[in-house]
Amino acid sequence: MIARTVLTVAALTLQEAVRRRVLRSIVVMTVVLLGLSAWGFHRLDAEFGAFTTGEARIAASTVLNLVMFGLSLIAALGTAFLAGPTLAGEIESGIVLAVMTRPVRRPAVLAGKWLGLAAFGSAFVTVAGLGQLLIVRVTVDYWPPHPATGLALLAAQTTVLLTLSLLLSTVISPMASGIVAVGLFGATWIAGVVGMVGEAFGNDGVARVGTVSRMLLPTDGLWRGAMHAFQHPGLSQFPAFEDSPFLSMAPLTAGYLAWAGVWVALVLGLAALVFQRRDL
Amino acid sequence: MTTGPVAGPAAVAGDPDRDDTDRLLAELPPAPAVWCSGLRKRYRRRTAVDDVSFSVGRGEVVGLLGPNGAGKTTVIKILLGLVRPDAGEVLLLGRPGRDPRARARVGYLPELFRYQPWLTAAEVLTLHCRLAGVPVPARERGECLALVGLADRAGDRVGGFSKGMQQRLGLAVALVARPELVVLDEPTSALDPLGRADVRDLLLSLRERGVAVLLNSHLIGEVERVCDRVVILDRGRVAAAGTLAELLGARELRLRLGAVGDRARQRLAAAGRLTHSGDWYTVMLPPEEDPATVPDLVVDLIGLGVRVHAVEPGRISLEERLLDILRTGPGGGQR
Repeated sequence: MIARTVLTVAALTLQEAVRRRVLRSIVVMTVVLLGLSAWGFHRLDAEFGAFTTGEARIAASTVLNLVMFGLSLIAALGTAFLAGPTLAGEIESGIVLAVMTRPVRRPAVLAGKWLGLAAFGSAFVTVAGLGQLLIVRVTVDYWPPHPATGLALLAAQTTVLLTLSLLLSTVISPMASGIVAVGLFGATWIAGVVGMVGEAFGNDGVARVGTVSRMLLPTDGLWRGAMHAFQHPGLSQFPAFEDSPFLSMAPLTAGYLAWAGVWVALVLGLAALVFQRRDL
Repeated sequence: MTTGPVAGPAAVAGDPDRDDTDRLLAELPPAPAVWCSGLRKRYRRRTAVDDVSFSVGRGEVVGLLGPNGAGKTTVIKILLGLVRPDAGEVLLLGRPGRDPRARARVGYLPELFRYQPWLTAAEVLTLHCRLAGVPVPARERGECLALVGLADRAGDRVGGFSKGMQQRLGLAVALVARPELVVLDEPTSALDPLGRADVRDLLLSLRERGVAVLLNSHLIGEVERVCDRVVILDRGRVAAAGTLAELLGARELRLRLGAVGDRARQRLAAAGRLTHSGDWYTVMLPPEEDPATVPDLVVDLIGLGVRVHAVEPGRISLEERLLDILRTGPGGGQR
């Protein structure tokens, strides 16, 4: 019964994502971003004549990470604004009433929504990210060292954010849950940059801001792991690049990845608990 | 909970004690469609539902009546597991209400009816059959849409439906997974007079098929026509409950007669208290329903040479009785 509910609701959530206007907005934003990046990389290639091979690699890595950040932002915005309305909106409109009076358990419905959204977010990140990597390959002949790891970490980052958005949507209104989730995502990224500045100036207090925020919401940590997978391995030999917000000097540790998994399970469990106790 | 009805038996072969138990259980009448006892719900300082108990038998149509804010929708939501009661027990079709499987054969049309706007009407029904775990063939789902007058809109997105059409779709959703109990919360609020008549016919056909119905409606005439029993809620409590005959008490019979002699007058008076104005005679019949009373009276009157032009049954209307109960309490005394 539980597996049937989870799969039925996951399929329904995917269908919703595909049929609602938000998909069109995501596609338009992605096409614009990919188009601009193709033009940008093409221009960059024209300037490469004056660059050494090493300089060209660094430039390509940095710009690739910058564009990937744009993509991850679109994925985060898209899934956060899909995850909010899908639960809070359905509670508000009454759609949830007819569904919940079927022989289904509420945590199973929530798990189904999560699965559908995670599949949607991961599919988007994979397709758009792969498109971007191919553009870079064609324009400046750069291919990242670990493309699959990078895309998987971007998908994980999207999943973390949509899990938070689902939790928020069990307690606050649809739009507010999307806005708060995206706000926290942005705040964690900024906290990560602040932490890097702290590290650069040897200020442990400021550096800890980044570490703590990466534990509280693992989106920024996973993003840094993805950047490391996309950028040229030779860059780690240049300490001068440590301060760049679009380069990452160290790969993710297994411990941090495990924490991200535990974080998702905890937040999803909390969302299930809140949803289970809520009067509809 | 000690007096709750018993769920249907599950056959286990090879255990004589178990066989005896199963036989005993099989001989018991089936559990009621709905059984609830001592339901209570408070929202902060306001008591929405206070010690509500009632039951709906298999194949019975029960109306839930009461003024706005009486707690009707909250009671329905507690029965269906949408709202957690502060106290009380619920059994649906013999299973505890906390168990989702209790709702496997339950159809529900909420007061706030909305369905996924990005799905077509046919897809909404498919989704609900899947969630209910009942494999209903496409043809049967199509018939269900036809039953509520949406056969030609099966492939249209729900987002483009009017309120009335969404409510019709809601009825189809409530009926599609072969329910044994249907809970309808204001099922005609968005329907035109034709739609209301359709719902009435639908309710009568459900009763014929032995499907139990719990109907919450403001339209008292609707309830009076289709319900076997009525539960009246007021300020979260059961103000009165019973069959229509029990609640309405005396019935009256209006007759338009010609050539009424003394013996005919005596015969009329023997049937009940008699009043008349012109050629209209009104007899107050006793509350207990005897199906032979009226035909016997008519045969006797004809035998006494009376010309019978019209015979009309009359009742104190449910509306009058409801207002009476709500104003003065079930016993008729001032609260």
